[in-house]
Amino acid sequence: MTASPASAPAADTAAVARDPHYNFGYLDESTKRMLRRALLKAVAIPGYQVPFGGREMPLPYGWGTGGIQVTASILGPDDVLKVIDQGSDDTTNAVNIRRFFARVAGVATTTSTAAATIVQTRHRIPETPLREGQIMVYQVPIPEPLRWLEPSETQTRTMHALAEYGGMHVRLYEDIAHHGRIATTYDYPVIVNGRYMMRPSPIPKFDNPKLDMSPALMLFGAGREKRVYAVPPYTCVKSLDFDDHPFAIERWDACCALCGSRESYLDEIIMDDRGTRQHVCSDTEYCNDRRQRADAGAEGRP
Amino acid sequence: MYVAVKGGERAILNSYRLLDAYRRGDPAVPELSTAQIAQQMPLAVSRVMAEGALYDPQLAALAIKQAAGDLTEAVFLLRAYRTTLPRLGASLPIDTGAMRLRRRISATFKDVPGGQVLGPTYDYTQRLLDFALLAEGGAAAEPPEPAAQGLDAGMPRITDLLADEALLEPDASPDGDPEPVDLTREPLELPAPRSARLQNLARADEGFLLCMGYSTQRGYGNSHPFVAEIRHGSLEVELHVEELGFAVTVGSLDVTECQMVNQFAGRAGEPPCFTRGYGLVFGYGERKAMAMALVDRSMRAAELGEAADAPANDPEFVLYHSDNVEASGFVQHLKLPHYVDFQTNLELLRRLRAERAQADREPMRHSSPTADGEVLAS
Repeated sequence: MTASPASAPAADTAAVARDPHYNFGYLDESTKRMLRRALLKAVAIPGYQVPFGGREMPLPYGWGTGGIQVTASILGPDDVLKVIDQGSDDTTNAVNIRRFFARVAGVATTTSTAAATIVQTRHRIPETPLREGQIMVYQVPIPEPLRWLEPSETQTRTMHALAEYGGMHVRLYEDIAHHGRIATTYDYPVIVNGRYMMRPSPIPKFDNPKLDMSPALMLFGAGREKRVYAVPPYTCVKSLDFDDHPFAIERWDACCALCGSRESYLDEIIMDDRGTRQHVCSDTEYCNDRRQRADAGAEGRP
Repeated sequence: MYVAVKGGERAILNSYRLLDAYRRGDPAVPELSTAQIAQQMPLAVSRVMAEGALYDPQLAALAIKQAAGDLTEAVFLLRAYRTTLPRLGASLPIDTGAMRLRRRISATFKDVPGGQVLGPTYDYTQRLLDFALLAEGGAAAEPPEPAAQGLDAGMPRITDLLADEALLEPDASPDGDPEPVDLTREPLELPAPRSARLQNLARADEGFLLCMGYSTQRGYGNSHPFVAEIRHGSLEVELHVEELGFAVTVGSLDVTECQMVNQFAGRAGEPPCFTRGYGLVFGYGERKAMAMALVDRSMRAAELGEAADAPANDPEFVLYHSDNVEASGFVQHLKLPHYVDFQTNLELLRRLRAERAQADREPMRHSSPTADGEVLAS
């Protein structure tokens, strides 16, 4: 199969027609207003989880209903939407959400991070650096960073109010005591703007540094748990660590088998039943782009 | 060479077609109509309307047909439709005392004003498969002769009789009679008022409520319940129209109500009295109404000064885990790709195992002075 040009709209959704039975973006206007008010509060208090009147969506809870509601509430007719899941535009859930918005909003969709004004994502931040004016929308399964320490929502809200975050440091310290290193590898907790502890959604910790002082606006939506939160542009986002165990990201000995990148996050692919493995970029657009530029470079040579 | 996975769109569209064929089954067998489902599977329709939180037998039947009989999926379909409906107004509170009864029983009194009315119930059927039903096209069952005497016009609620004697806690509205919470418009906030808890339970999964209620009977939260009354029938829904200045009937619906009374020891300044657990569901859903009443009461344990140490006593636990649309989605989201997160765990596990293997070799190195500083061959 050949890759489509990175800047062209995703071919698979080009055929989906706007369904006039639904309001633009599926949600009614008063619901969108309620969501925007919640999002404004979230932006005003970076990292704070704002409860909102989450609606039942025609996609299942846990499959991106929070992100979909956030996207629906901020989407305008001129927006260009990119949807990724695990870094890829082609995973079935990403395809399905992109189809949903093509159907209920008729907006242009793209696989290009640079061309997108809104990027809805599950589990990754694109490798291509974001710029001012772009909005990242994260699908969040469990918004509460303290949930595995304290199952009660009543308790955790109090802990946030008091900035009582010592338990998380103890937990990370216990990792170091048991394993010699911090064993949290994704959904790695951060402190936003020096105040609220936040779950960055289950992105690999490899992506955590991309949150810090990003020029783009980061919006997080948890549909089932009915919470939104945000990181405004140019906001400090610090991954938790210790002076003697500083935060560090994953590195691979291998490079991408397709584009040769050593900088990107790699997925491991099992090639045969003897367990042969290859590593490839999880961000498919970044990988395609690099390969196309490499091809163009090769053709240009005499 | 690895080729990136593509073609998700085509796969999804093909899955729709395969599903349609699967749902239809053998085309030689006549297609099921929604009217057949509504008429001949009324209990399935009741359950889907109750958990789907939308009273519409025809749409519930459609959802059951579209979901190939998966009632949880049918509930989801109905909920997703419900969320798009405009809200035209709020009805007046329904009066279950004025219900046109099809069934009404009390377990607390041998006889009650108006009498015990079994109505259509599986309770005393002997659960023997009726092979006569295998032979289709049989004549419809004859309804029994109408009773010589109609149902009493006055069928007081049993709890009202107890309340008259002050043996039962009053069923008063909260102070100031605030608007009830609507969990489909506002997020659940804790501590949740009883209106929010009851709405949550009315929409909750029957199986979850059944087993939570059951747990209270087995000792995880002692509730000592009695069924004061179960009633099922239809009643009219009235809407107060501002322009007219009076209420008009906008429709009728079937409901099942269960009122449990529970022991209560009393507290300082309060003489002992029975307390209430309440269950109300759309349609004919006795099992769920009873379970709901048990769980409603068990969540009041802390408020009534009882030891609230069982799962069913914890409103947060019950309310956050009772919804099958939420639960089904989140459990099944594990089907979605998680390979990015899995990769991080894979890398970490390999590293930890390598470090452990290294550490296991190191003591040897320290015990042997000659090997000190050498790289061990592995």
